[in-house]
Amino acid sequence: MPHTVIEKIWDEHQIADLGDGTCLLYIDRIFLHERTGSVALKSLEAAGRKIRNPEQVFCTMDHIVDTLPGRNDNTTMPGGTAFIQTTRQAANDAGINLFDLGDTRQGIVHVISPEQGIALPGVTLVCPDSHTGTLGGLGALAWGIGSTAAEHAMATKTLVVKKPKTMRVTFSGKLANGITAKDMILKLIGEHTASGGVGYAIEFAGEAVRELPIEARLTLCNMTVEFGAWGGLVAADEKTFKYVKGRPYAPNNEQWDAAINYWKTLTTDADAVFDKEINIDCQTIAPQVSWGTSPMHETGIDQIVPDPAQEKDPGKRVAMEKALEYMALEPGMPLTDIAIDAAFIGSCTNSRLSDLRAVANILKGKKVAEGVKAICVPGSGLVKQAAEKEGIDKIFLDAGFEWRESGCSMCFYAGGESFGFEERVVSSTNRNFENRQGPKTRTHLASPTTVAASAITGHLTDVRSLD
Amino acid sequence: MKLFTQLTAIAAPIMRINIDTDVIIPSREMKRVSKEGLSDGMFANWRYTKPGGRDEDPDFILNQEPYRRAQILLSGDNFGCGSSREHAVWALAEWGIRAIITPGFGDIFYGNCVLNGILPVVLDADIVEKLAAQVEVDPANNQIVVNLEGCSVTGPDGSEYNFEIAPADQEMLLKGLDGIAVTMRRDDQIIAFQAADQNARPWIYLES
Repeated sequence: MPHTVIEKIWDEHQIADLGDGTCLLYIDRIFLHERTGSVALKSLEAAGRKIRNPEQVFCTMDHIVDTLPGRNDNTTMPGGTAFIQTTRQAANDAGINLFDLGDTRQGIVHVISPEQGIALPGVTLVCPDSHTGTLGGLGALAWGIGSTAAEHAMATKTLVVKKPKTMRVTFSGKLANGITAKDMILKLIGEHTASGGVGYAIEFAGEAVRELPIEARLTLCNMTVEFGAWGGLVAADEKTFKYVKGRPYAPNNEQWDAAINYWKTLTTDADAVFDKEINIDCQTIAPQVSWGTSPMHETGIDQIVPDPAQEKDPGKRVAMEKALEYMALEPGMPLTDIAIDAAFIGSCTNSRLSDLRAVANILKGKKVAEGVKAICVPGSGLVKQAAEKEGIDKIFLDAGFEWRESGCSMCFYAGGESFGFEERVVSSTNRNFENRQGPKTRTHLASPTTVAASAITGHLTDVRSLD
Repeated sequence: MKLFTQLTAIAAPIMRINIDTDVIIPSREMKRVSKEGLSDGMFANWRYTKPGGRDEDPDFILNQEPYRRAQILLSGDNFGCGSSREHAVWALAEWGIRAIITPGFGDIFYGNCVLNGILPVVLDADIVEKLAAQVEVDPANNQIVVNLEGCSVTGPDGSEYNFEIAPADQEMLLKGLDGIAVTMRRDDQIIAFQAADQNARPWIYLES
């Protein structure tokens, strides 16, 4: 019987069928961070429970640490020091792998997980963080869980999981110039809503997906949770194998051939049937930007702010009205007329070396518009180091960007860092929720290149219009 | 964790779609390494007049009588979407919420509810709208009955609606089971699986 890649990885990890679609699944690797991981580690310890395989548990500091130069345990987040120190102590006591402050490998959990070769094709990987689906970009089955479920995963090396339905999202045709993986995923969420993926594990397929470099595939899978999906992946291929090879926790020389032979079987069989299929024509994708307070509130940069009166569904209409009120926008206004106060490059969505290179290409020789606060937070210490080696930091600094240490930062008040009251921000992050980036802060989600172009002009800008 | 069998309670309708966990508990309200003390920050940006402040906004429904005593929330689709922060569920539970009725939940939030004694109930949007409308007429008296054993919700007008829940989740809520202890009953099976898997996929296994 033909199988999807999702089913193949699932079956490989199924220990028991518990009935009614619920299974006991083997979990290969677990990642923690100091906000939710600290609670999970402390709670396990209080219950007197041991971690079954501490060598397969990893932890970073990204949600509570600040990203200012010279930072230390005394984060700018009130009360945050306890999270950092509790995590460190508990991690050391439990004997798990910790990427601590001061370690160049420290960084945003879903940036360092691929970077270190912890996420691999075909593994099950969980983390008490909703963006864990990011690792699907390597062909892993990865999903976000709560802290209590993380305790279960650590203590038993398993999780009790309801089997998700399967969905294939095919991006057909080629992407036009200037269009990125971020635009693809925003387009999907805009067309099929923020709950369109609930209950599904997704395989992203099609020519445009195959052509994406690995870091872009991570971006694509990162926002599957904003689509409501349980998780999403791109089946591993030669690009994936090349990316993974030689990374610290990846299979070593002796095991490499066996691993790669197995990984090559992890593709969807020709006649396999998905529970749902969605097709998106790449020709319809522009640089996409959000205008409201849900990632589904988004449209092409060449469009206008939509009119709630045109929305037939009453629930969606009310949400649109509330969103426009919060965002202080009027229907009919061209998106490119919206002036910004700030620009942010960072987060588990878009803070990898390829993102920073693309932004640097736009910023080179240019300046951020007067009055615009612009901040870049590289995704990891290693990304920062690599970027600095290429002189990318100088391009950002010369343009007027701040260049910071790695962490989650302005994505959500991480490290106590946020934008100001009612400031309008164009951001390479994943959530435009009310108050997420600061008090009454108005977020416009976009690709890193759209953020860069907008930072230069001082208003939301079509990156294709820059010379 | 509190067991859940049957509940008759005041319900508060917050009828917006996509209420995310940042709304339920903002990052700035997650101040301690603890599952406790979080209810004060629940819905902080809607409940209080200023960010980080504690002056109640009288327009917010949970600041009004009798909704202050609500144990059931009614909401629009995709409730609890967004961040996996279990703090959202801990805050709601500590404040007194025992059940949430909506056309749909964020996946992670749903799982977190079950593990913390909050019953997540999925009903069609038109039913939730109808319940909300009936509650609003006389919220103190037009209470809603939720029965987990029979998987039913009874509205103020006596109409009964059935909902679905996975048997494992139902049992967890009815009995307040310790999930880890339940799984550890299969310890031999897990160990055997791991031994076979180590042969099949040796590259996964790191040195301890």
